[in-house]
Amino acid sequence: MSDKSASRLLLQAEGLKLHFGGIIAADGINLSLYEGEHLAIIGPNGAGKTTFLNICTGYLRPQGGSVRFENREITAHPPREITRLGIARAFQIPQLFAEQTVLENMLLAASVRERHWNPLRNLHAIPERREMEELLELVGCSDVRDRVASELPEGKRKLADIAIALALKPRVLLMDEPTSGVASADKFDVMETLMNALRQAKVSSVFVEHDMEMVSRYATRVAVWAQGKIQTTGKPDVVLNDPEVIRNVIGG
Amino acid sequence: MTLNFAVLALLDGIAYASLLFLVAVGLTLIFGVLGILNIAHGSLYAIGAYVAATLGQWLVASGYNPWLTFPALFAGATIVGIVLGGLLERLLLQRIYEKDEILQLLVTFAVFMILENLQRMIWGVQPYFMSTPLNLLGNVSFLGINYTAYQVLFLPAAAIVVLFALRHFLRHTAMGAQILAVTEDREAATSIGINATRVYFMTFVIGACFAALGGALATPTTSLVTGMGANMIVLSFAVAATAGLGQIEGAAISALMIGIARAFAVYLSPELEVIMPYLIMVLVLLIKPNGLFGKVTARKI
Amino acid sequence: MSKEFLDAVPDGAAGTSAEGSWPVRQVRRENALMNKEFLAFIAVAALLAAVPFTFNSSTTFIAMCLAKGLAVLGILILLRAGQVSFGHAMYFAIGAYAAAFLSSAFRGIDMMVLVAAAILASGVAGAIVGVFVTRYRGIFFGMINLAFSMVFYSILEKAFHITGGSDGMRIRRPTLLGMELRRAEFDVAIYYVILVFALLSVWLVWRYLRSPMGEALRAVKTNETRLEYVGLSAKSVLLGGYIASAVLCGLGGVFMGMVQGLATPEHAFWTRSSELVFIAVLGGPAHVAGAFGGTVLFEAVRTYAAALLDDSWQLILGVTLILIILWAPGGMVELFRRFTGRNRVKTTTSGEASR
Repeated sequence: MSDKSASRLLLQAEGLKLHFGGIIAADGINLSLYEGEHLAIIGPNGAGKTTFLNICTGYLRPQGGSVRFENREITAHPPREITRLGIARAFQIPQLFAEQTVLENMLLAASVRERHWNPLRNLHAIPERREMEELLELVGCSDVRDRVASELPEGKRKLADIAIALALKPRVLLMDEPTSGVASADKFDVMETLMNALRQAKVSSVFVEHDMEMVSRYATRVAVWAQGKIQTTGKPDVVLNDPEVIRNVIGG
Repeated sequence: MTLNFAVLALLDGIAYASLLFLVAVGLTLIFGVLGILNIAHGSLYAIGAYVAATLGQWLVASGYNPWLTFPALFAGATIVGIVLGGLLERLLLQRIYEKDEILQLLVTFAVFMILENLQRMIWGVQPYFMSTPLNLLGNVSFLGINYTAYQVLFLPAAAIVVLFALRHFLRHTAMGAQILAVTEDREAATSIGINATRVYFMTFVIGACFAALGGALATPTTSLVTGMGANMIVLSFAVAATAGLGQIEGAAISALMIGIARAFAVYLSPELEVIMPYLIMVLVLLIKPNGLFGKVTARKI
Repeated sequence: MSKEFLDAVPDGAAGTSAEGSWPVRQVRRENALMNKEFLAFIAVAALLAAVPFTFNSSTTFIAMCLAKGLAVLGILILLRAGQVSFGHAMYFAIGAYAAAFLSSAFRGIDMMVLVAAAILASGVAGAIVGVFVTRYRGIFFGMINLAFSMVFYSILEKAFHITGGSDGMRIRRPTLLGMELRRAEFDVAIYYVILVFALLSVWLVWRYLRSPMGEALRAVKTNETRLEYVGLSAKSVLLGGYIASAVLCGLGGVFMGMVQGLATPEHAFWTRSSELVFIAVLGGPAHVAGAFGGTVLFEAVRTYAAALLDDSWQLILGVTLILIILWAPGGMVELFRRFTGRNRVKTTTSGEASR
């Protein structure tokens, strides 16, 4: 992809350390995300991938190390602050506002983004409504636009979750297994659309992924996690063909 | 503040703390296992007190040996705990275990309203007295001050016995182990064959008995009036919350803190007496939102 | 399905997606709904406005219902966020006592000044207590509110020299817009003032609950994590709702106080809080109409029941509450919808109608 020296450094994690009791969730993590990158994070379950996302977004406080966004210190700042700075998140288990429709979920996100605090204005009347509807169409959720979030089928929940994150117009999108739960037949379409949209909007991303085809197709760089450490990083075709990686992550 | 006053306040505080502990430990046990905050706990305290008083008064009036009022206290509490507690759990609580936390709260609040009303209907609004056990034990002298043996010896002894009995029960008996297992992880416990329904029932009845016991043992020290149930539920909540909901040993410590603080407030500045327990609760919660010994459970995402 | 009350849906919202036809149908249905509810609102308002001329003897009764309904509206706001306060009677009392203090300090003070003072006092108190209480949810939230209110009650009762103790304080009849009013005139005048405030509050709360902040309240109940992850502080959202609810209770208190001419510590007792919660659950937390409808039903039953079952009031409330929770968690509004077959909506166990 782009030459690293020319790209802006967006997200920088340095020396992140975190352990719960006997479990080492992060053991000196160093990782940087540059503008335009789509970084895939792979590794066995329990290796600390989701923990990394949690630390970056302020959900967990690391016991050592720091996180910087656009050279700004954000270590352990509250998630709401980090979100407002431009880092949006989609979760492994979709986090939706259960009693509201998909559109309302989006409108709420847009309202926060645009700071619509007028208590007399209807949520459905905000100017971003059209934008949200288009976004829903982009991720393929138009058909469930007016469905209450708790009644969504599994695949749509994931997409809705990503849509909410995109509604925030972030600089960086963190996704945790974006296509898990989506029907196999749709996986590529979804990922293709999503990645195109991200490239168009100049959104960089980090995504945790277990599907190596997705990784090889869409990632610009891969980081391999194992036991709280980053084993190796590099271009997908290199990393995915590394025998050690194949043995530890892909093979077994 | 002379040494006399200080000692008096301390003894007063310990006696009061013993009662607080008895009620709070039941509340916190029920919450720890069932996940429900039983607002009706205050009424169980009050009804335990009234039943014990009625029983005691009857015994004395019928000419029985006044020492029988002691077992009467325990008998009254046990009856209230088993009957009322058992009925409540079986008939009502079982139906709401799966419901929203707020609805559960509303249900126990409704039970509280019902029991308070029933208590008023049965025993009226006039104060009740039954101080026989207190009088029987006489006074003791402590550093030159006279104090009732009942409050300074019997009550703390009862509280300590309950604390250690509960600890032993939970750690060294089969039923206790089951209770702890269910508290830790209900699904896992059920999948290894523990009957969660029975565990819930036993826990609630035990907790109810403790509340009633607190009331019964309080009877000889005070006059029973309407509203004592409402006062006690907020007080015992303050004690339980200060320790951390579900913390049993912690409840003993916070009961002592609050009991003694309140007693000192009574002697130093009586206007603060009512506020003191809540002041302590607020101060503790400001620093440790889950209580002194409470555990934080972060949501997993 | 959302209901636009007095807000027009922009035409562009009809949608340009492939599913073009569906959104248009939605919008039409919403508009129809909007007109029906608006008409109902106007009809009820007109009916209530006519009371002093038609059912004159009920004027004071309805005035008190409206005052209480305002407080219930406050509880409703918190219910939207999935929280119950067992201590909001405290703000009711603050409103009444604010009026009591001012009216005894300044003879001939204006009614609007008393109302303004009540709003200020309850708002400030709500903010102070709220900053602490909104750190909590569920059980803690309910119980800490209860604790605060019981402490407040004790202070009111014990501070005899300031607050008159359990006898309470008189609230002298205030003037209105400079006019001194006689008893009969006052009863009618205050009725209309309360009515105006009640209608205004219903409208404002309605709009608020459908605004982004109001919908965020709902998000506090359903997914705080996501709320934080769209950049909003759940605590701040809840605090806003809390202060609004405190002000509404304070308004209810000052109006009730002026109607009765009295402020007593009983206003802050837990039984009063329980009534407010009960009515909110009875009326059904899904719709603002439930607040006032529930109050009227509640007070009507109480007036009649007083004759028959004098001392069983809490008992009846308790049993009814349990029955409602077990079998109709959506309260009156849900029962109403069931009967009229309008129940297209599913009611979740928390009594909130999901659309």
